[in-house]
Amino acid sequence: MKGIILLSGLLAFTGVTYAETAEEKGLAIAVEADKRDTGWRDQATTMKMILRNSQGAESTREIRGKTLEVKGDGDKSLTIFDTPRDVKGTAFLSFTHALKSDEQWLYLPALKRVKRISSSNKSGPFMGSEFAYEDISSQEVEKYKYKYIKDDKINGRDTFVIEQYPQYKKSGYTRMVAWVDKEMYQPLKIEFYDRKKSLLKTLTQHDYKQYLNKYWRPGRLEMVNHQTGKSTTLLWQSYKFKNGFRKRDFDKNSLKRAR
Amino acid sequence: MNKLPTIVFLAFVSTMTSSLVYSNEWSGNIALETRLFNKEGVPPAEYQQYGSVSIQPEWYHEWDSGKQSFTFVPFARWDQRDDERTHSDIRELSWLRVFAESELRIGVRKVFWGVTESQHLVDIINQTDLVENTDGEDKLGQPMINYAFINDWGTVDLFVLPYFRERTFPGVNSRLRTEPYVDTSNPVYESNDKEKHIDYAVRWAHSIGDWDIGLSYFDGTSRDPSFILGLDSSGNPAFRPAYYQLQQVGLDLQATREAWLWKLELVNRDINSENYNASTFGFEYSFYGVFDSASDIGLIMEYLYDDRDQAATTPFQDDLMLGLRWASNDENDTSLLFGVISDLDDSSRLYSVEASRRIGESWKLNIEARIFSGIDDTTHPLYSVRQDDFIQLELGYYF
Repeated sequence: MKGIILLSGLLAFTGVTYAETAEEKGLAIAVEADKRDTGWRDQATTMKMILRNSQGAESTREIRGKTLEVKGDGDKSLTIFDTPRDVKGTAFLSFTHALKSDEQWLYLPALKRVKRISSSNKSGPFMGSEFAYEDISSQEVEKYKYKYIKDDKINGRDTFVIEQYPQYKKSGYTRMVAWVDKEMYQPLKIEFYDRKKSLLKTLTQHDYKQYLNKYWRPGRLEMVNHQTGKSTTLLWQSYKFKNGFRKRDFDKNSLKRAR
Repeated sequence: MNKLPTIVFLAFVSTMTSSLVYSNEWSGNIALETRLFNKEGVPPAEYQQYGSVSIQPEWYHEWDSGKQSFTFVPFARWDQRDDERTHSDIRELSWLRVFAESELRIGVRKVFWGVTESQHLVDIINQTDLVENTDGEDKLGQPMINYAFINDWGTVDLFVLPYFRERTFPGVNSRLRTEPYVDTSNPVYESNDKEKHIDYAVRWAHSIGDWDIGLSYFDGTSRDPSFILGLDSSGNPAFRPAYYQLQQVGLDLQATREAWLWKLELVNRDINSENYNASTFGFEYSFYGVFDSASDIGLIMEYLYDDRDQAATTPFQDDLMLGLRWASNDENDTSLLFGVISDLDDSSRLYSVEASRRIGESWKLNIEARIFSGIDDTTHPLYSVRQDDFIQLELGYYF
């Protein structure tokens, strides 16, 4: 306790002589968020996606995911589709990278075919939803430049408002504005601005829970597209950590027998 | 007297049902299909409308924390008029054992090798179920023992294939058949072991950065028969399929560079005292989010080559395939694939359209059309189907 008090006192003192720029403060928040979300090693999740068109008609997707944390690079993930039934057994393997192109393979169970696919469609919709591939891929500090804007309150919680500018190629966004919870260092809300700089989508993240006494994960995501009136709800039905996954669980062999 | 097998069976069932993850899982589909031909066929296959129903259930059972699993996929189709198309097959009946750095599979399975879209030269493990579809994408289940060694330098798959499956062919009452028809009741084999000849295959596959590479070797009965003109049991003219012994070396390669997919398949085949090369190579380029929408458009171009030239048994010896793929990326996965394969030596063209769309949560509509155009040469491998342009509508229920 003493050490922390001393340290914060020191920071307050240095703050007088050294003015942190908005960019430095934005980056520092992203680095802290990344640091706090490091070391979970692997996770297995089950999700339900509810797609709504502008008339409110719904369709659902059930998905399972496995992720392996890769230190110093993007994570490896395997996604398996359970419904709709005609795509059951389709599986998606992704090696994400901060600035290099991701490596992606798709398994088509009817043909028993593994297809290497282009990762250039970062701005394309994931499973027909309002989530783009870039929204669901692993978040690395190097993927964006940052700028701290202000402090704000959302639903009574203190947040930092920071702007993020994608640095990877083929992003559909010029800018994202994130409301980062000061206690969890997780976003409560993100606004996405398209290539024409107009507001495209708003994401809100709800029902956060802490796992392994450290890692915060949301239970529900709501993505609303302001330009089309469509929306998608993403419900996380379970998170399981410490599965003991290895690199071998994320290769083309495991993709072919993914269930 | 029968007690021992019962006990063994019960013991087997109890080990299978203990600590299971995905147990006793059924899925699959039932589909209604109709094929409409725009011209009358050669009697007795003169009908212009054919209806059929197919079913393909799948039973999957997993135990031993997912290290072992069992899959059973039977398939059956009943056709209103076509006796040969009324057929059934075991697509899959196999057991899988996953080890730390290897995988063992025993049973009937389907395996796909390759990268190109217009034809699949390297892909050799499974026989084509030609009565299902003319495009050669449907395959018969192949009995095998397959051991995969998984290394940092790639995966090596070894295959022992103890039983040969004959190709299915449209019968005398079928559209899309040769003239005369292929009499499958009396095939010719080069090997004295006939369909019991044991075939072997090995494949190394690896991904290195942007490159996906596969190198394969096959030694066994060719899946692709030659034909001998003769008579059937009723004394009518018929082709007899002749299955020769084949040694094939195959290479498949794909480079994935941003929106470009560069593809190559190359085979060297040694068959019936002839040695030849065949290849398919080209690219697919995708435009993402076209016209301010979520849709993607892909352009495909592939060159199809066979160095036997006009003596080739395939229609694709010096041909160019141009394709257009459209994916709406909407909630119904609406998609369309248009392709044309043009022979660069004559006027023959093969047009193909495939479209699909999900309806609700469990139904799917598939539309396929094929047009055989400009086939005037009587020696052309597709000459006998030049009147068989068709459109096929299929409505499937998935469970």
